[in-house]
Parts: sequence; structure tokens; C-alpha cells
Amino acid sequence: MTIEGIANLLKEKFPDAGIEARLESRHPHVIVKPEHWLTVAEFLRNDPQLKFDWLRCITGVDYIEDKQLAAIYDFHSTQRPAQSDGLWSARGELSVKVLAPRDNPMVPSVCHLWGAADWHERETYDLVGINFQNHPDSVDDLNGRHPRRILCPDDWQGHPLQKDYEFPLEYHGIPAVTEFGQTRPLHG
Amino acid sequence: MSWIENRFEEGLIVTSLDWAINWGRSNAIWPMTFGLACCAIEMMAVGASRFDIDRFGAGAFRATPRQSDLMIVAGTVTYKMASRVKRLYHQMPEPKYVIAMGACTIGGGPYFKHGYHVVKGVDLVVPVDVYVPGCPPRPEALLEGLMRLQDKIRGQSIAKDRWRDVKEEAFASA
Repeated sequence: MTIEGIANLLKEKFPDAGIEARLESRHPHVIVKPEHWLTVAEFLRNDPQLKFDWLRCITGVDYIEDKQLAAIYDFHSTQRPAQSDGLWSARGELSVKVLAPRDNPMVPSVCHLWGAADWHERETYDLVGINFQNHPDSVDDLNGRHPRRILCPDDWQGHPLQKDYEFPLEYHGIPAVTEFGQTRPLHG
Repeated sequence: MSWIENRFEEGLIVTSLDWAINWGRSNAIWPMTFGLACCAIEMMAVGASRFDIDRFGAGAFRATPRQSDLMIVAGTVTYKMASRVKRLYHQMPEPKYVIAMGACTIGGGPYFKHGYHVVKGVDLVVPVDVYVPGCPPRPEALLEGLMRLQDKIRGQSIAKDRWRDVKEEAFASA
């Protein structure tokens, strides 16, 4: 099935999920609303026509101008024959972009569908701040319930790859800002 | 010196205690097996046969800080790692020395501006004896740093506290 076919199938199957196909882009993808993402993900994983059994990557993007955070999922199907002449082709691939509001970026976790999502979601929470709900490795703290951090220390404040991130002034007594001051570029 | 001349058998060595102790210390600096990032690869090259840090008596990389004299901080020190570096340093017995190897450990290096997680120099965490610049430094540079550390050790005296200035400063500020 071509990527246009997949997009049309999703639109047919989930008419109210706000599915938008951006197939002319250099990274062809389908946009899904976060409240419908779980049902769409289950469909992508289990539908016999699609069978996207491999989650290759989750990317987090901070669209600070649109006040949105995006989780981008790259899927590949290893079971569906892609092309007669080779296994790797764009036919067996799909990208899904889930846009969440920046002030409350809640996206359902898909760990139960793709095991690879576990660490990817932890990293995306850690660096970009998208809160994956019902993640199997979640913790409760002052910031509410969220996936455990994976790269930064557990007591780290903020999400470093957000564009309005403020660098820490010190961490556990180690000064972080030098006499040259904070020199990061300004955004927004 | 007629009172001492020809009064002993062949093979007697006369030296100062300082010289003898410093000779021993400077020629058996056992480093800790401890690498944080890419500089550690160059440190491994220094330990291997081509550059052979064993020529200077510093080839016995110990797997525990309790048997080490030298910590070669080879690689980027993150805030997460800084507490571990400090703990390892405190677990080493005196006399102990630190070589800051590479641009990251000297002052943050390429992560100075935009590295939210990088300590801007390991001397903010532990006292550093010798700085070896480079990104990463050539193995020869690390050997040069080791030789400078040996010079430093040879200048020590058992009658003088290495940390006197540091202690006085800490006492004055307390």
C-alpha cells in the first residue's frame, strides 16, 4: 500500500481524529490529534493491511511559535512485502506527527504496542518535555506524574531542548554560568 | 667531607629523604582506570605499546581509586557525572594528583556556550595539578603532562603540606 493509500485509509477509518496528510513534505507524515492517537496507533500496529511492527524512532520538536510540541513517530513494517525487488522502500514506512499544546503536552504512551517506545518516550520527555501518559516507567514528583528521566539527573529542572529553556545557574553547588554570562541564542 | 669519606662499603647511597621519597612517588604514579569520553581513547593509546606510559612507571592502571595516585580526567564531565568524579577523588589516598585532559575538562571546551549539562572545567569540582590541552590531546601531550606532574612531585617536600594554601584559604573564608 502506498503512503497515499495509508493516509486515505486512516482518514476513512477515523473521520473525527483530525487526520491530516502532509505527503508532499520531504518527510511525508500524517498528523493525528493526541486524544485519538492511542486508537490510531493500535490500528497501525494490528491492522493486517498495515502491520507497522517496528517503531524506529520518536522525535520531539518544539514549535514555540505555534505554542505546540510535536512527537514524531517513524514506523516501518517488516512483515508486509514492500516491493518485489527489495525490502527497504518508502512503501513500508510511515511517519506520524502528534501535536500537543505546549502548556499541557499530554500524549498517550504506546509502550504496550512497541517496546522500543519505552526509552524513546523517556528521552522525549526528558529533553523536550512531552508528557507520555501511562508510561510503564513513570514517577510522581512536583511536576506531576511523568516518565522517568533518562539522560538528565532525576532532580533536573526543565527540559533542555525546549527553545525557551533557561540554563541552570548552578547545580548542586557547581557554578554553571561563567563570568561571560549566559551566551545561548534567544528564541521567540 | 673527610669525616664520611671511605668509611663505608661500595654501594652506599647518600641522599636526602625528600629526594628519595619524591623519586619513588614520581616514578610510580598509578593512574585510575577512568575515562569519560573520547579523550579516554587517547589515554588508552598512551597505555598501549606505541606510546607506552609504562616507561614512566605510570602504566599500572588500577581499577579502584583506593590504589591510585593519579586521576586522569579524560573526557567531558557532565553535572550528573561531577558528583561521581568528586566521590572517586575523595576515595583516593593522599598523595593524589589530577590531570585534566582535553578541552572539556579544562573549561567546558566545545560545550562552553550551549552545553547545558557540561561542567565548565573539572577544576570547579576537584583540584587540578596539570592541564593538558587539546581536543583530544595527542598521546605525546598526555605524556608531556605526566612528565610535568613528575616535575611537580619532585619539587615536593615531606616537611611542607601540599594543601597549606588551600587549607588557609578555607579557614579564612569559614
